[in-house]
Amino acid sequence: MLDVVKSGVNFLANPPVLLTLILAGFFILFPINERCLRWNQRLGLEAIWTRRGVIIGGVLTTLFLLFGISDPNFRAVVMKPDNAPIVGLIYLVPFFLWLAMKQAVENDRRILDGKKPNEYHDPEDKVLVWPDLVYIELIALVLMTVFLVVWSLAIDAPLEGPANPTTSPNPAKAPWYFLALQEMLVYFDPWIAGVVLPAVIVLALMAIPYIDNNPKGQGYYSFRERKMAISLFLFCWLVIWILLIGVGTFLRGPNWNFFGPFEYWDVNKTLALNNVNLSEYIYVIGLGMELPKSIILREFCGILLLGAYFLGLPLLLARTWLNKLLLDLGAMRYSVFIMLTLIMFALPIKMYLRWLFTLKYILAIPEFSFNI
Amino acid sequence: MSKKDATWLTKLRESQVYTSIFRMGIPKNRRERMLAILTNVFLHLHPVGIPKHAAKLTYTWCMGGLSFFLFLTLIVTGILLMFYYRPTIEYAYGDIIDLREQTPLGIMRELHRWGGHAMVIAVWLHMFRVFMTGSYKKPREFNWVVGVVLLVLTMFMSFTGYLLPWDQLAMWAVTVGTNMGAATPLVGVEGPGTALLSIGDVNLVHSGADARFALLGGRFVGDAALLRFYVLHCVAVPFIMVIGMMIHFWRVRKDGGISGPL
Repeated sequence: MLDVVKSGVNFLANPPVLLTLILAGFFILFPINERCLRWNQRLGLEAIWTRRGVIIGGVLTTLFLLFGISDPNFRAVVMKPDNAPIVGLIYLVPFFLWLAMKQAVENDRRILDGKKPNEYHDPEDKVLVWPDLVYIELIALVLMTVFLVVWSLAIDAPLEGPANPTTSPNPAKAPWYFLALQEMLVYFDPWIAGVVLPAVIVLALMAIPYIDNNPKGQGYYSFRERKMAISLFLFCWLVIWILLIGVGTFLRGPNWNFFGPFEYWDVNKTLALNNVNLSEYIYVIGLGMELPKSIILREFCGILLLGAYFLGLPLLLARTWLNKLLLDLGAMRYSVFIMLTLIMFALPIKMYLRWLFTLKYILAIPEFSFNI
Repeated sequence: MSKKDATWLTKLRESQVYTSIFRMGIPKNRRERMLAILTNVFLHLHPVGIPKHAAKLTYTWCMGGLSFFLFLTLIVTGILLMFYYRPTIEYAYGDIIDLREQTPLGIMRELHRWGGHAMVIAVWLHMFRVFMTGSYKKPREFNWVVGVVLLVLTMFMSFTGYLLPWDQLAMWAVTVGTNMGAATPLVGVEGPGTALLSIGDVNLVHSGADARFALLGGRFVGDAALLRFYVLHCVAVPFIMVIGMMIHFWRVRKDGGISGPL
């Protein structure tokens, strides 16, 4: 019985299964447009953002962790000292997500009723920082100190054997806060996963206030007034950043292979990897001929696909689904927004291409180390 | 209270020394409470009064404040660690072992390491809160940008500190991280387009002159990398972060104080 549960969890944690389940539900849970919002309401999902929701969620998470710790493989990974912050994230991120969404849902209701958000008070009615704020800060500071001291007394800072350039640990992991980037390395070359994508993430974060010209929802928690902005941001932050950190920490073992939470980290686990480039699919497998000598001819399809994705799709979307957005944002903001969004979605797209077709590169020009 | 009943504590409060340091006693009325903030160099980071919602934990989560507090904790514990730690591959690992073995109840390194992790999380959650309350919107756009820079610097601080214990975890995590530098387009030896940058047969960018070499001061993680990361971690990045924080806090005030509904 227990084994069935464990293998079930192992199966669900498999990145293709996990991501598919999440993609199926995410934009309903955090509705990106009116239609998704209607589905959200039909399913009564707002009940999650209530006190009962957070208690049930917290209890279930704790029960799962307690159940998991009884398993030696689960324990070996989750109880590792350096994984303490990520175990903390399992509670902290959902809790603060709940805290934000709870207030957002309450404010949404107030606004629908024509009332001001809960945060609103008469501008003349201020409180003095001494003592109303300084005592909160003092308490927070004392609690944080106590928490850090207890944490430090309880768990030794991790220290392994002395650095040895001749033997590398398997798996060699980046610090936990960069594991999402290391996870992207599975699907993209280092120049994309390690350089371009981090740079794009930072630039995209900086660009947010200049793209989002919706004046509503400033200074109070809300969702419905800013559906698209919040939904997309949460997708990046929760799925592409936090979830991939979790996957990288708990589910990636030797040789960066996938291991379920209840699976033994077997160094000898090997997966047959016969990843094929798009050009090989077309010429070698499809047409049964050799790859053409000319790079342009060989990579014709890849160039065409990327061109369609990054140039054609923005234009198409601007004329169809996103027409209203284009009018709201203007051409400049729209272009930046759609480029960043397409780059973001390129990651799950490449993941699925890899899982479904064992596709290695869409565009492969190893002559210039330029592979996408 | 008559002069006769005055305890030593009240006497102390009235002494010339005490009153010269603390301009006022415990604030008793509105005016004195305002002065308590205004006359204290640390407290006057704050305005005198704030909107009611801003004093609620459910609005701010206190995450910005905690990030700053953790930064200060890390400076204090970091300075203490610097007394014991020597950034050479000969001594580094041994000094860390000594910190564990020779100091009774020594938790400075633990405080520093866990505090660093906590700060990364606190900064992320602060960003999340600011996004969810729409506080990045006009007129606070630029301060959000400054915040993103501080977020990146926080993670860079954590990353540079990761190497210093000079254990296997440190060395290989930094190897994985800095190998990315070698893949930078045009300026990394394995990056796309780098092969194009050559004069005749001479490559302008090679493993002895590329982005990874600049990060490590060498072709691999060695003595030069340890020193470089040490200086970045203890001096260079904190220096930039302090300047960034000055701008960040200043702009919170100048861009209209804490965000709130209009």
